[in-house]
Amino acid sequence: MTDLLSKFDALIAEREGLLSTGVRDPFAIVMEEVKSPTLAVIQGRETILLGTYNYMGMTFDPDVIAAGKDALDRFGAGTTGSRVLNGTYQGHKECEDALKDFYGMDHAMVFSTGYQANLGMVATLAGKGDYIILDADSHASIYDGCYLGNADIVRFKHNSAEDLEKRLRRLPPEAGKLVILEGVYSMLGDIAPLKELVAIAKAHGAMVLVDEAHGMGFFGENGRGVYEAAGVEADVDFVVGTFSKSVGTVGGFCVSNHPKFEILRLVCRPYTFTASLPPAVVACAATSIRKLMHAHDKRARLWAMTRTLHGGLKARGFHLATETPESAIVSVLMPDQETTVRMWAAMIELGVYVNMSRPPATPAGIFLLRCSLCAEHTTEQLEIVLERFAMAAQAVGLFRQAAE
Amino acid sequence: MSDRAQVYARIIELIEPLNPKHVPLTEDTSFAGDLEMDSLTVMDLVASMEDEWDIVMPLNMLPDLETIGQVADAVAKLVKK
Repeated sequence: MTDLLSKFDALIAEREGLLSTGVRDPFAIVMEEVKSPTLAVIQGRETILLGTYNYMGMTFDPDVIAAGKDALDRFGAGTTGSRVLNGTYQGHKECEDALKDFYGMDHAMVFSTGYQANLGMVATLAGKGDYIILDADSHASIYDGCYLGNADIVRFKHNSAEDLEKRLRRLPPEAGKLVILEGVYSMLGDIAPLKELVAIAKAHGAMVLVDEAHGMGFFGENGRGVYEAAGVEADVDFVVGTFSKSVGTVGGFCVSNHPKFEILRLVCRPYTFTASLPPAVVACAATSIRKLMHAHDKRARLWAMTRTLHGGLKARGFHLATETPESAIVSVLMPDQETTVRMWAAMIELGVYVNMSRPPATPAGIFLLRCSLCAEHTTEQLEIVLERFAMAAQAVGLFRQAAE
Repeated sequence: MSDRAQVYARIIELIEPLNPKHVPLTEDTSFAGDLEMDSLTVMDLVASMEDEWDIVMPLNMLPDLETIGQVADAVAKLVKK
């Protein structure tokens, strides 16, 4: 018998090698208690959470929790069904209504996760003979949507208007085209030049889908995302997003003004062939989305906290992925895997949780310690975080190594 | 030199900088197995070939292109179109 898992032997060996040095496993964190959007207990130690994408701190919002409890009592623990059969409750419609109001759009479809929203929209919109043109640094869910569908897939250089133009020019003018962009790219925390990219896509007759997973809540006048801040709302055909970041629960969605949008409910397999979200989750999401419409103070706080962290890390000599804070993600560039793991482990021992990111999730050859801010982080917490970053860098000899 | 031979020769030049271990490059050399290229490197290589010949090589073609010879065949066919 051929062991089907032997194809992973190289990765198993790499991990064993790393963990045998005695460091903690960055991909096996367990939170024993979660005290707030910014504080949890990990291995008995109170730990500041600086890598959760909980941008607006809605996970413990009292109104959100009350709505969830009420729905749990009234509608039960789950729907046990697909959205198109027995899985659409009043709460799912109310959640879609909240999205339509938030985005000022005619249609909204709620999926069970953000991953499935991309999987479904990408695979369903572009079919055989159509072209998908995607940014090279697109999220795995977008790539997976490409591979689930039958379109021809063309990839352009990350955030390069010139490269997008060049690749669109080579395609048959009459073919259907879907250009897929993200407002914020979650690994480096950089934002897309959507004004330029969307204009080029439209000039070549393409439809445009923008993933605002990491932009919803705090970009643009209404918090709709980078595409709103860039002023290209009229030219974006589909916006995909998630409830697992600013909204503070789980789920995914697509909103659009396309008059034929509703048919997608019957032809989009990752929507049709899975169970819908539990009543408590859609109730939490709807309440959170409506509160985010008016969360101007929180937005301002989030940006202030982001500037503090970005500036503080830079002042302490860390190399960051973006010159200025472009989003609520601040990524620290690391020299190699071993130093990244040691630095990450030193941080967790000091009571600060950040994400460790490595290829293939990151662009080729890049290792990161990735921080994401929350509007609920306090100035004192960030002071502690900056101090611990400096201590951890000292402990692993990060700057000594860089100077060599 | 035939069109196919010219394409093959240029592909070898494009691969050379991505071959730090100096694996001998032949028609049968495979990208994943012999050259140990990850998918990101392969996709970047495809982009450079697209630009070299002003062609479109959709990523969904890649699973069928395991060796340098197969890629040369595919490019030669696309260039002719």
